[in-house]
Amino acid sequence: MYPVLFFIFAGLAVAGAISLLVQRQPIYSALSLVAVMGALAALYLLLGAEFVAAIQIIVYAGAIMVLFVFVIMLLNAQPAEAPGRSRVARALGYPLLGILIAELGGMVAAHFQNVKLTSGEYVVHVAQIGDALFRSYLLPFEATSILFLAGILGAVLLAAHTEDEAPGKLYIGEAPPEPNLIPYDSTEGSTTYNGAGQPVRTDLPAHPSSEEVRS
Amino acid sequence: MHVPADYYLRILPELVLTATAVLIMLIEGGARLGSRAALSGTVALIGTAAALASVAVQSAHRGEAFSGMFRVDGFSLFFHGLIIAATLIVLLLSIGYLRAQRLQRGEFYALLLFATVGMCLMAGSVELIMVFIGLEISSICSYALCGFWRASARSSEAALKYLLLGSFATAFFLYGIALTYGASGSTNLYVIARSLSDVLAGHGSLILVAAALMFVGLAFKVSAAPFQVWTPDVYEGAPVAVTAFMSAGPKAATFAVFLRIFYVALGRYSHTWFWMIWVAAILSMCLGNLGALRQTNMKRMLAYSSIAHAGYVLVAFAALGEHGISAAMFYLACYVAMNLGAFAVISNLAQQNERFIDLHDYAGLGFRFPLQSVCLTICMLSLIGIPLTGGFLGKLFIFKAAFQNHLVGLAIVGLLNSALAAYYYLRVIAFLYMRPATVEVSQPQRSLSMNVAMVACAVGVLWLGIAPNSLLNFVVHSAGALTGR
Repeated sequence: MYPVLFFIFAGLAVAGAISLLVQRQPIYSALSLVAVMGALAALYLLLGAEFVAAIQIIVYAGAIMVLFVFVIMLLNAQPAEAPGRSRVARALGYPLLGILIAELGGMVAAHFQNVKLTSGEYVVHVAQIGDALFRSYLLPFEATSILFLAGILGAVLLAAHTEDEAPGKLYIGEAPPEPNLIPYDSTEGSTTYNGAGQPVRTDLPAHPSSEEVRS
Repeated sequence: MHVPADYYLRILPELVLTATAVLIMLIEGGARLGSRAALSGTVALIGTAAALASVAVQSAHRGEAFSGMFRVDGFSLFFHGLIIAATLIVLLLSIGYLRAQRLQRGEFYALLLFATVGMCLMAGSVELIMVFIGLEISSICSYALCGFWRASARSSEAALKYLLLGSFATAFFLYGIALTYGASGSTNLYVIARSLSDVLAGHGSLILVAAALMFVGLAFKVSAAPFQVWTPDVYEGAPVAVTAFMSAGPKAATFAVFLRIFYVALGRYSHTWFWMIWVAAILSMCLGNLGALRQTNMKRMLAYSSIAHAGYVLVAFAALGEHGISAAMFYLACYVAMNLGAFAVISNLAQQNERFIDLHDYAGLGFRFPLQSVCLTICMLSLIGIPLTGGFLGKLFIFKAAFQNHLVGLAIVGLLNSALAAYYYLRVIAFLYMRPATVEVSQPQRSLSMNVAMVACAVGVLWLGIAPNSLLNFVVHSAGALTGR
């Protein structure tokens, strides 16, 4: 029974991953990722890792995927255009993919007899996880909270902005696009010095919010 | 769970820094707009100075903490001191810099301190999971700091490039950890070393792949070739204070991790990973110095120079053994001092919107701004490796270690590169003192903290070059502790 279930869910995960890559619509890709996450959760359950399976559903399939879908819908993402395929990539990629598959297949075939698909032998209870987390892994646990705090702080710093510091309004070391926008305190002659004779960038699109300031 | 008090004393600098960073976040939320930037800066300075002092407390309580995950020995003490001192200098120069750029926001200091916590954790951890978390804390703070100057398109570009490539490198490192765990059954460096010596045969190829993957991740962070491509763009785009920070602390912390992982955990396999280091050292030195020759933007030039200096440290790394470790540690101390000194001067002269960042702006400044020019000259001479400066002794020990371990080719390439590098460092001095001014550079903002930073670095460089005995003794002892003697 276990091998059958394993192959069903493993196949589902692989199929979902392939679908994730080949879909043109971002929303279909995101939904394929949900399928991968769900199939992985089932595999964890088969291994006896109930807690990890539940977390997988709650965190990945729940929170993170909802966020993905939200962003895709909010940004109104368009279907991706087929990228120009380079000949080098094709000439190298397909043979290398073939070698990889052959090698993996060979390894699986060589060891297939020795592998037993068993499950449920190492059931880990939540109590054991908590024990490990708050005893032997106490320091990493606490350090992770610093990591999250720093991440949140950085994200807020970069995302929240005031009117006068909208992104992309200033070009370091080059002539400013419109000198009157920049609060320089000296004359224009010395400020428009073009460092190293680099061309002034005019090809970059102006940020929408800089338009508002100008008007 | 009962945690012994000793454990807390062993991570005291980290605790002090974290508490200070949280306090700054509270100040930013609470204090009035006019006063809070200055207040945050002062609090950050006091907190960092306290953290530096608490390294002394830490040194009185050597040993392991938190189930053998964290280790206070000479090696980690050295890097704790170096990293926190570097942060102190960066804080001093960024207080003046942020005021000149009108970018005074306390989040800058909080992120800087969090990054320092991450780096200290990297320096003291003997557990790959902890190393990874420390690396991530410092990296994520660096990504955010790169984009701190939001009005500048270059700054945002730098942040995005660094984030994308850095995440990629981190994934490599994590994969390497996973394979190491697969081969040895543990993530503790000392346990890995033991179990790898038990199961000698069979796991060689797995360990080689794991070492290669971890090498990719770490070489990216120290900007060693061939993983250095991001460095010039990110260093150029980030605000000067952040560039100064990135070129000093994270490099030292990553090299600490590098040395610990490869010497302690994978020491028995040095014959397999030795060649990776050798090739990376040669490539870093050559690509860095050749790239720097044609740069006129000071930040970009120092970016290439930092690639080259990563190469010199890798030479010491490849020299295997205690001499190599102590040479690498000493060189890192010199490198941090001279690089931070150069960046302190650059950030002072850059002024608002970083107008004066090009080499041609420096023409004729030598006699107009004597303090800045003298400090910059000392740092440049040290970067070349002129006697009486720390850079000279650092290079001397590195090449001596390389010769002692019969790496004659590597040492000769390094010496040739040092001669090549003299060209672009000396050019800065020549512009300062021997060229007439072409650009009218206005008087830089008077800032006591910036002056302190510049003078401290210059004095540090000279001190390391003239009276290095106490530091050298310490370094040699702690290198012995790392190799287990």
